[in-house]
Amino acid sequence: MANSRIARRFAELRAKNEPALVAYVTAGDPTLDATVGIVAALERGGADVIELGVPFSDPIADGPVIMKGAERALAAGASLRGVLDCAARIRAVSDIPILLFSYLNPLMRYGFAKLAADAHAAGVDGVLMTDVSVEEAEPYVASMRDAGLDTVFLAAPTSTPERLALVGRFSSGFVYLVSRTGVTGVRDQVSSQALPLVERMREHTSLPLAVGFGIAKAADAEAVGRLADGVVVGSAFVKLIEAHAGTPELEPRIEALARELKNGAMRSRMTAQA
Amino acid sequence: MTITSQPDAGGHFGPYGGRFVPEVLMAPLEELEHAYAEARKDPAFHAELASLMKNYAGRPTALWRARRLSEHLGGADIYIKREDLLHTGAHKINNCLGQILLAKRMGKTRVIAETGAGQHGVATATVCALFGLDCTVYMGEEDMRRQRLNVFRMRLLGAKVVGVTYGSRTLKDAISEAMRDWVTNIEHTHYLLGSALGAHPYPLMVRDFHSVIGIEARAQMLEAAGRLPDTVIACVGGGSNAIGMFHAFVGDAGVALIGVEAGGRNLTLGEHAARFAGGSPGVLQGCYSYVLQNADGQIALTHSISAGLDYAMIGPEHANLADLGRASYVNCSDADALNAAMMLSRMEGIIPALESSHAVAEAIRRAPSEKGKVILVNLSGRGDKDIDIYRENLKELDGQ
Ligand SMILES: Cc1ncc(COP(=O)(O)O)c(C=O)c1O
Repeated sequence: MANSRIARRFAELRAKNEPALVAYVTAGDPTLDATVGIVAALERGGADVIELGVPFSDPIADGPVIMKGAERALAAGASLRGVLDCAARIRAVSDIPILLFSYLNPLMRYGFAKLAADAHAAGVDGVLMTDVSVEEAEPYVASMRDAGLDTVFLAAPTSTPERLALVGRFSSGFVYLVSRTGVTGVRDQVSSQALPLVERMREHTSLPLAVGFGIAKAADAEAVGRLADGVVVGSAFVKLIEAHAGTPELEPRIEALARELKNGAMRSRMTAQA
Repeated sequence: MTITSQPDAGGHFGPYGGRFVPEVLMAPLEELEHAYAEARKDPAFHAELASLMKNYAGRPTALWRARRLSEHLGGADIYIKREDLLHTGAHKINNCLGQILLAKRMGKTRVIAETGAGQHGVATATVCALFGLDCTVYMGEEDMRRQRLNVFRMRLLGAKVVGVTYGSRTLKDAISEAMRDWVTNIEHTHYLLGSALGAHPYPLMVRDFHSVIGIEARAQMLEAAGRLPDTVIACVGGGSNAIGMFHAFVGDAGVALIGVEAGGRNLTLGEHAARFAGGSPGVLQGCYSYVLQNADGQIALTHSISAGLDYAMIGPEHANLADLGRASYVNCSDADALNAAMMLSRMEGIIPALESSHAVAEAIRRAPSEKGKVILVNLSGRGDKDIDIYRENLKELDGQ
């Protein structure tokens, strides 16, 4: 979607030579109320795009941190309808782009057309589904685009050129590059698989590229900022939620980590210019 | 109506099946699909597999006419296909031998698998020992508790057994954990999935490796009874023993195909694993098929006395056969499965696996009203692994 909130945000950042900080949290972890405050803290810290995770019972692409986050959210009663209401509450006070991040089954069960309409009404800007391959994507992409929602797809180090071309074709807003073969989770350093993937994906699309999986520290964000238009961080935030949920420390810590990561990402451009 | 058993290029049986996985797994699934397509055309592959099936696993398995049981029930003539006599004690070895040859062809050095009842884990550990490959098996902690004997068998065979401690701690969670391992170690690792489930090409490939069950049974029926059975019955967890048995009979319009799901304690969501009784189409672990889920699309917990049937989704080819009306699916409670196990033990001297007892129970239920008809039951496994559960539930037989 050429003029979507996501596209505009990336264009503004590009004009300023700033990498985007894309922050993932599981909606409803620890509660949907808390998520609204957590997202505000992320934004204060410098997050540019929010990935709002829809909790699912069987998250095959996630490591233990996000898996436990989903378990907490489901135990606290989060449903897809609740996540959409949460998005609407965020939208009422903020213009930050919101991407729903989900496994297919809860969305399929809700119904694609109804989801597209309700998500749009709630102020959601796009949808990413971890377990929908480009081969199975057509009906879903059509419903989302009809409602004016972006569809973000994943590209992986193992994706063939043919698949990267399809990922580019079906994606709008940005493309999410999975930096490593593995599940989500905090790792020690940015994977060496990331750079070649960015270069290969560039051959197939002019969309912004955001790199995620395993990124947790300012130094990682800086490394990724050199390669790509955006840095995606999830497990590091969810870990903070696990440790500090329900305490007054949670939001300040989330904000501080977001700031650290955004500053790290920004440093990549300063050194590049020097 | 002719029914094709061949999925489309995307692995769809009718609307079901497909490939719903994270992008990272698309490459190894394509690699596997190509390796299997090549192997399928290679006479040397078939020859090696046939030799292993015969000399290592013990095929062909017997077809047994259950005279005492049939006479006792006073109706249909019951025949039993003895997959329980195979090496390792269940049908699972058929698929494992096929897939281990593929793993070798692909140059993989490490194999991972999930297991519920432990039979697939034991069969996987067995073929890995035979071919000298490193083996890791994921198993839910609840299943490790109730199938303790098989945990030890796997370890004795040199496999690493990793307990899964979240979710329902059963087969579903073991599959998720195996998928996470695979996604992290795709280069050297083959995921030896144990049922006709998951992303394409698994449902097709696993079905093909088990189709020997139905091919043998069909010929044996013609030889023993001079006719085809009226009804073929098999239990359905993910669906591998059933589809392996059904495949040869799909084209025989006069043969009714009956799959038996786990009815558990009762048919309230969470208390059973009868996907056709309580489920609806959805996506789980790579596949679109009937699945037990709640109104929000969260996968439901399941229960069955048999670990091997305790799974939320049924394989996609079964979903298609059900939609087409070519096969029908019933369910059997924990209690009826236990009674059937006892009856088969006493009447035929065969102690069945609890999974297989579900199929036997359906035969027992139908036989009295089907005089003159022939029923073929697939006895997918033997009951040694279930002795602890039989003891717990048949207390009157235990003690001094
Ligand atoms: C003896 C036996 N029968 C049946 C099953 C169910 O699997 P499937 O439906 O794939 O045959 C199992 C699974 O563990 C088993 O061990």
